[in-house]
Amino acid sequence: MDPILSARDLSVYYYTERGPVKAVDHVSLDLQQSMRLGLVGESGCGKSTLAMALMRLIRPPGRIVHGEVLLDGVDLVKLSAEEVRRTRLSKIALIPQGAMNSLNPVMRVREQIADGIVDRDELFSIAEIEARVTELLESVELDPRVAGMYPHELSGGMKQRVCMAIAISMRPKVIIADEPTSALDVVVQRQVMDTVRRLQEELGLSIILIGHDMGLMAQSVDFLAVMYAGRLVEIGSVEDIFLQPLHPYTQLLISTLPTLEVRGVFRGIPGITPTLLNAPEGCLFHPRCLKATDACRSEETPVLKEVSFSHCVSCYLYEDNK
Amino acid sequence: MTALLELREVTKIYSGGVFRRRTTVALDRVSLSIGTEKPTITAIAGESGSGKTTMGMLFLGFLPPTSGEILYKGKDLWAASKEEWRVFRREVQAIFQDPFEVYNPFYKVDHVLTMPIVRFHLANSRQGQQEMIEKALIDVGLRPEETLGRYPHQLSGGQRQRITVARALLLQPKLIIADEPVSMVDASLRATILQSLRKLNQELGISILYITHDLATAYHICENIMVLYQGSVAEAGDVETVIKNPQHPYTRLLVGSIAWPDPRHKWGQEVAEYRGETLTQKTAGCKFAPRCPRAKPICRESPPPLYQTNHTRAAACYLYEDNPILAGHEIGRVLSQ
Repeated sequence: MDPILSARDLSVYYYTERGPVKAVDHVSLDLQQSMRLGLVGESGCGKSTLAMALMRLIRPPGRIVHGEVLLDGVDLVKLSAEEVRRTRLSKIALIPQGAMNSLNPVMRVREQIADGIVDRDELFSIAEIEARVTELLESVELDPRVAGMYPHELSGGMKQRVCMAIAISMRPKVIIADEPTSALDVVVQRQVMDTVRRLQEELGLSIILIGHDMGLMAQSVDFLAVMYAGRLVEIGSVEDIFLQPLHPYTQLLISTLPTLEVRGVFRGIPGITPTLLNAPEGCLFHPRCLKATDACRSEETPVLKEVSFSHCVSCYLYEDNK
Repeated sequence: MTALLELREVTKIYSGGVFRRRTTVALDRVSLSIGTEKPTITAIAGESGSGKTTMGMLFLGFLPPTSGEILYKGKDLWAASKEEWRVFRREVQAIFQDPFEVYNPFYKVDHVLTMPIVRFHLANSRQGQQEMIEKALIDVGLRPEETLGRYPHQLSGGQRQRITVARALLLQPKLIIADEPVSMVDASLRATILQSLRKLNQELGISILYITHDLATAYHICENIMVLYQGSVAEAGDVETVIKNPQHPYTRLLVGSIAWPDPRHKWGQEVAEYRGETLTQKTAGCKFAPRCPRAKPICRESPPPLYQTNHTRAAACYLYEDNPILAGHEIGRVLSQ
């Protein structure tokens, strides 16, 4: 089956006075129908830029330098601005980072949800819109009376649910959620993620969940992609990534996580992330990598290769396997 | 034994609105003492609105209590002399959540490190000052030559947060109040910062009050934990048993919501029993009763006292009413000192 959304050799650079910042570099990624894909990486690794690029929301000084974003077979990069605008919300929706703080404080929830529905060719009566708003609020487990409230009357979790209602208002096939629960308490986070999961199953949505919380990823996605310094370094099923990580970066990342079994063991990843302005030669991770060889330092950045069934890694350690 | 710093039955009420009639009880008769004999790491855990940050502010002497006492070396902190306050300010240090906001972007990072030395006259010469700074940076795992002389924006969040730890360290404090020190840094750096905090505790004998919403990290660095719910202690005790076998229904909810980074350890189903989100309802009884699946009539009538369930645990819940009652200020009995 063809993937619903795929990025093909996508590169996004920000042009600054000091040179281009390669925020996303040669990333290829497939999102299958009804799949929940997690995208993790440290801050500044380009994961939010990738999300924006998939929505074609990159603004100057950023630019999609090359590559394709295929949504249901249509390349978003080639569409006109107006065509892309029509695609958003009806085919692909974004829950941006800090979405709950981006609700308009002087507009009632009803108008904010209706805004996306009204902005279409089809004409809806007021009663139809009202019914749709009620239905949407119920689907995100909110009381329909919330429609008449202002954002300041809602808790963080409720605001996040309103953002979810807006995202699904035009029945998109793909939802990209950038750190949807990062500002919420653990209990609320858990409840919101349960709702996301239920909606995903009921509506057959495909979801890309972006974040750096590995715990949340382990609990809520099927596949996990790991980014480092603008590149995709590993992608595989969540079990593969957590239990048999291949890339040395992923291995270190997994080893830093707190587990219930062993108490009081800590390890950090030595070194710091490279600046994307002057990326090192060769593999971008080699200055911090414990297993780096001469090839890693001098040759081209390794490309993503499938090492075992749907488990891909970009690392010279696995060059011989394929 | 006199405790270094002790909150005794402390209540903090914030009031607002016209004639200050609208009041919020942020902390309700909470006691906790930090001893001097054995340095400990104690976690104060809770969600937003639990009063955990207010508790940190009270410990730091940033806020006076509405009622109850804050005792510093056995004496009332708020009746202390100027000189005693000076010693207190040196011995009790703070590390805050946001490593971006504590810096003035116009100064090099050296500024935050030299200030306390100058302010407390810790060094006699430029040379001595430089040595102190370098030692503190090395203690938190930073290389002085890569850190000094830079502006805050040239450093990563993790480096900045470690410099704030180094700054606290310069003053050779006895107690560090760390309010969500790692919630804004990446997972890979989180471990490094927690590691440096623990090193301070074990090697330099500094007690740490770790204020957090993240039970997973608390589990890893603390010995004791106190779980707050809407300003009251829900449960307290030895961290390992509290996390592995929570007693209070609220702690169960919290522990059940931890997203463990392990696909084999999935979220349980028990959370579904709990009702609603945090609604601040005024109740005469247990504050958690409106959400609690095991609430009994008595839970809605009067607030439960702390019951000592075993020698290292206490829970404020009527489910444990067969156990002996522990008066608030006796909570130290279940916490290892």
